[in-house]
Amino acid sequence: MELYRLLLHLFPASFRAEYGEEMCAVFAARRRRENALALWTAEIFGTAANATRVHFDLLRQDLRWTLRSLRQSPAFTLTATTVAALGIGATTAAFILLDHVLLRPLPYPDPQQLVTPCLTQYTKGYFCIQTSPPNFLDWRALSTSFQSMGAYTSISVNLSGDSQPSRLDGSAVDSAVFRTLGVEPMAGRGLTPADERLGAPNVVLLSEALASALFGRATDAVGRRLSLDNQVYTVIGVMPPGFAYPTRDAQLWTPLRFTPRDYAERDNLYLNVVARLRPGVSLEQARGEIELIGKQLERAYPKENAGVSATLVRMRDLISPRSRIIVLALFGAALCVLLIACTNLANLLFARALARRQEIAVRVAIGAARERLIRQLLTESLALALAGGLLGLALAAMVTPSLALLVPVNLPVPARPSIDWRAFAFAAALTAATSVAFGVGPALRSTRNADANALRSRATAGGRVDHLRAALVLIEVACTVTLLIGAGLLVKALRRVEAVDPGFRAESVLTLRTTLPMPKYQRAAPRREFYSRVLAEARALPNVTSAAYISFLPFTFRGGIWPVTRPGQQEETPVSIRYLTPDFFTTLRIPLLRGRDVTDRDDWNAPFVAVISESLARRLWPQQDPIGRKFNVAFFDRTVVGVVRDISVRSLEGSSEPQVYLPSDQVPNGGLIFYAPKDLVIRASDNPAALLPALRRIIQAADPEQAISGERLLEDIVASETGPRRTQLNVLGVFAAIAFLLAAIGIHGLLSYAVSSRTREVGVRVALGAQRRDILGMFLRQGLLLGAAGIAAAVPLAYMAARAMQALLFGVQPGDPAIYAAAAALALAMTIAGSLRPALHAAVIDPAATIRAE
Amino acid sequence: MDDPSSLLPLPPVTFHILLALAEEDRHGYAIIQDVAARTGGELKLSAGTLYRSIQRMLEQGLIVETRERPAPEEDDERRRYYRITPFGADVARAEARRLAQLVKFARESGFAPGRA
Repeated sequence: MELYRLLLHLFPASFRAEYGEEMCAVFAARRRRENALALWTAEIFGTAANATRVHFDLLRQDLRWTLRSLRQSPAFTLTATTVAALGIGATTAAFILLDHVLLRPLPYPDPQQLVTPCLTQYTKGYFCIQTSPPNFLDWRALSTSFQSMGAYTSISVNLSGDSQPSRLDGSAVDSAVFRTLGVEPMAGRGLTPADERLGAPNVVLLSEALASALFGRATDAVGRRLSLDNQVYTVIGVMPPGFAYPTRDAQLWTPLRFTPRDYAERDNLYLNVVARLRPGVSLEQARGEIELIGKQLERAYPKENAGVSATLVRMRDLISPRSRIIVLALFGAALCVLLIACTNLANLLFARALARRQEIAVRVAIGAARERLIRQLLTESLALALAGGLLGLALAAMVTPSLALLVPVNLPVPARPSIDWRAFAFAAALTAATSVAFGVGPALRSTRNADANALRSRATAGGRVDHLRAALVLIEVACTVTLLIGAGLLVKALRRVEAVDPGFRAESVLTLRTTLPMPKYQRAAPRREFYSRVLAEARALPNVTSAAYISFLPFTFRGGIWPVTRPGQQEETPVSIRYLTPDFFTTLRIPLLRGRDVTDRDDWNAPFVAVISESLARRLWPQQDPIGRKFNVAFFDRTVVGVVRDISVRSLEGSSEPQVYLPSDQVPNGGLIFYAPKDLVIRASDNPAALLPALRRIIQAADPEQAISGERLLEDIVASETGPRRTQLNVLGVFAAIAFLLAAIGIHGLLSYAVSSRTREVGVRVALGAQRRDILGMFLRQGLLLGAAGIAAAVPLAYMAARAMQALLFGVQPGDPAIYAAAAALALAMTIAGSLRPALHAAVIDPAATIRAE
Repeated sequence: MDDPSSLLPLPPVTFHILLALAEEDRHGYAIIQDVAARTGGELKLSAGTLYRSIQRMLEQGLIVETRERPAPEEDDERRRYYRITPFGADVARAEARRLAQLVKFARESGFAPGRA
């Protein structure tokens, strides 16, 4: 019998209270008559089924009641739905970003088994960088932890043909890469070791998008021929749609081929490696093995592999700590908004419950069970949360495309986060959680003291401060202040970054890239002819002040780092080298501090010279005149002929290596071709973008097969350095604005309640001689006290949060007093704005009216 | 007053309960026994099914709880007694008519024995 009573707990409490005794009686009677086993079996299944049905019956009833009750108060319903939508929408959008960047498994089979073996230069502090062909081949030959391992490097080729030549980005991959990833072409075949042999026919795989663009239907591409860098390639396969490896921009893949020179140069680090763990091998085991192999190689090749080791990172974790912090910070901010939304909703419900005290008291008086009422009120909050959740999901969906800027470029996932079942599931769970969070408190409280007293009194208990509601508003203020401080700090950081002088003047400069196709331009003469023709004609265009060519523009290439040594000395200094034509410094207004620029006379037969940046001069020859000094970089001894100011090469925020500029005519024939100048810069006195059509004509005339890409203004390149920051700030700004509004409304609500609950007291005071401004002051003080308490609570929280995201602050102090003071001032203004209206109402209370109403 | 036909078709359990209460007020277990007897043991209502239906029927106004109780010797303090309301009787009649109509159609199409 006890067991049966226990089983009955499946039914709702109210149902049990009504019929529990009878059901036990029925069960007892049946047990006397019928077979125990059959009875129990029937009862267990029957009870489970019926209990579910009863719960649903109640739910249906409650929903009818809820919809009717919500329809009767449209203002409340609209407000509550909007608030819920803002909270759930913000958090869902932040989750979509978080999921896309950090959580979602990569789109390959068994993605957690994919790892990136990489080189460590521990003496130089580089933890995970590219490796060289000999190192890679040794890693592959000596290791046993991997099912397969492949290598790749990025390439950029000129596609020429009937139409305008264009520039395509892709990768040279060895035959193991696609196998390692577990991806097959959707048409044609993949690469085999035979394709990697030198002298084998040129073959290429295309992305689905590129194949469709070139040949109409992607599958039609197989077997067709393309002219890439003036060589004929046969398309052997097309990769599935959406496949983009290693970065989003990859459109084609050619076989990775090693020349005899590659096998010899163990210190030419340009290869990326990807590997798949053997089943049963853990990451730590594999890492241990590859580290051991790295040490072996260091011992075997003490010169090239000095200070070099190997390590392993899971492919999913290849995200910079910075990107991680950005995404997590946004999620934290969204949670703040959600918290504010929930507390705001709870307060709204508390107020509503107060207005319904009588209704609830009546229902309790005629016998409604408390549990039943709580169930109804929770259904109401669930309905509100659901409406808000749907609206919020729609808001998140609208906002998601603009989050694309925050997705790191080097992650092999699409730029735009997708919205699928994961987002829905998260939004659903969040909706359920928020409905409980803001619904439970009011539901419990409004049914607690619903008794005869409630029926009698109209007004609430006089003068008592509702501590719970005040605490909720305090939370709202604290969260808002935290968000304001966070946003303020990031604004300051952004201003700082924007104020960084890159070392050159970017306004009014147009840039474009003409990557010279090989092998035509491998010799110096065609290059020289191309540059001089294009530059001469460009300079002749109207409004053009100056023009020049350089290997790579600042901020577009983070490599090209070579060690510099002085004669007779071992010490190496890393620098970034660039080849250029004369007038580059004038075009970008980089001050020439000493000596001279490169000239046309610095050609292959002349002495090898270099223009170096100031910091290198100071480091190599402190206190001395660097002009005329010799040093060695990139295989040759060179003489310093000029010194220029340093510029930012890597990024605005980070530091860059010193720069070494070499004359374009001194690019060795056949060697270092990669550094042959390809970026054209032109300074115009007015509207440089208008020069584009003329430039295109000039370049086409100089070489019809030359592709033009990357036509941009230099100032846009610099601005895009701060692009992600600005997006992050925009998002945070929206969050802060929402929080601000909600908190102001929260304060308003609370004080309105305080005023209405103390009407009689105010009437008495006024009757006894209190002035209007005393009453005003009384309530304003209450509001300000709350605001001040919220600010005080926020300061340590904000400080901790700022410390956690210090990497993003670019030197701004996490405790920057100016920002904190500004946020506090804003919060106080918000408090006053929220408190003013209720306080003014209180000030005009007619004492006679309140006393009469008693 | 609600329209009886708005509740049609009646779930079978509801109809059986109305039948059980047609002649006299009964308590829960008696209803179960009556239904079992009438259907020859085919329909054995469980306590859950019964009281769920009773709750709904109370809501719909088909039955009411009654204060009159049978003689004290037969009474059991734990039991509540139920009585069919006039509205409930109307609904039962409407349902019976509907079922009879269906049987008539079935006879016309040759699916049931007997004359149409």
